[in-house]
Amino acid sequence: MSYEEKIKSFLGRYVNVDDLKNDDNIFEIGLVDSLFAVQLVSYIEEEFDIAITNQQLDLDNFKDINSIAAIIRVNLAV
Amino acid sequence: MQKIKCVVWDLDNTLWDGVLLEDKKVILRQGIRDIIESLDNRGILQSISSKNDYDIARNKLIEFDLWEYFIYPQISWDVKSESVKTIAESINIGLDTIAFVDDQEFELEEVKFSHPQVLCINAVNINNILDMEVMKPNYITRDSKNRRKMYKDDISRNSAQKNFIGNKEEFLRTLKMQFMIHNAREEDLQRMEELTVRTHQMNSTGYIYSYDELKQFISDENYELVVVQLDDIYGSYGKIGLAMVEKLGKYWELKLLLMSCRVMSKGVGNVLLNHLINKARKNGAILRAQFIPTNTNRIMYITYKFNGFHEVDTRGEVILLEADMSYERKMPDYITFIERST
Repeated sequence: MSYEEKIKSFLGRYVNVDDLKNDDNIFEIGLVDSLFAVQLVSYIEEEFDIAITNQQLDLDNFKDINSIAAIIRVNLAV
Repeated sequence: MQKIKCVVWDLDNTLWDGVLLEDKKVILRQGIRDIIESLDNRGILQSISSKNDYDIARNKLIEFDLWEYFIYPQISWDVKSESVKTIAESINIGLDTIAFVDDQEFELEEVKFSHPQVLCINAVNINNILDMEVMKPNYITRDSKNRRKMYKDDISRNSAQKNFIGNKEEFLRTLKMQFMIHNAREEDLQRMEELTVRTHQMNSTGYIYSYDELKQFISDENYELVVVQLDDIYGSYGKIGLAMVEKLGKYWELKLLLMSCRVMSKGVGNVLLNHLINKARKNGAILRAQFIPTNTNRIMYITYKFNGFHEVDTRGEVILLEADMSYERKMPDYITFIERST
């Protein structure tokens, strides 16, 4: 699975992702919730073995599947 | 020292005299019913860690009319350090708020070895339990008296969620949650103080205000002190959140925002925050929030950042964040939001 596919299947546990495109803002489709946010961040950190810094913890880096995949790639490249 | 939130009991030769599998006619230890009822009244949860046959032990506890007092009972042949951990995780509380009572030195040592934070009590000292300082909550509020019921409601919710086919948002919709917010009144203050002491994960600064300080804030127009209650079809969660804002001219500074860990998975964490942003917007103010990082409250930092806050300043250990005020925050549509004026 690509990063994008993995992220999408994680999101599927929370919201309906059937029609979700990689550039759809995930925070506008529903579950903008603290627990969801922290679980998303922990999932990414554990699944890809990276540590997201406070600077990177920004809505822009998590707003859609493409952005999340990009932040994963940045961290894996370091 | 942390106050105890849950007492985990062994059964054989602790809760009752004798070994159940050898003697079906075990009798309750003298005075134990009173201890269990008193702890329950104080809002201290209770559970079981016993190496026993589940059905036989359960039936015996039903016979004694005690079964209903225990949540997440662990009756199996597993090691006790594991069952204590399972109980802490199921309730979602720290191991340092758990007490474990057993008559066997071996079991006490085994738990202590894996979890040095757990308070291990030898059953010979059972009669002192009610007098221990850690077993005396600072306050006994209505919420603490209902605590066991609220946790049991939660068990029903969780099992409904487990059997629910669909994603989490669809499940939350079935709960028909009502999120009620109102300005703090004097009768809320004990519970508010209790929340500031008990809440660690969803707590933005960890500031603890005394009853008297809180009382001053409610009559001071430079402060906004709000309380949140959450109810759903399974019952009430009680007063589960609060926020304290100091109005400093055009800046409103959110000094404390907290939510009980019991509602962490209910998608309500940022409803209060969004409400405050919208309210500040209406008043032409800019909402800023203090954040003091601890080992357990990263969730609050993420909550701020993902709700359009950015860091503007650092004062010692305090990080100051400022909200993007350019847009009104939307409330999730699976919650009914009720603002009650007092």
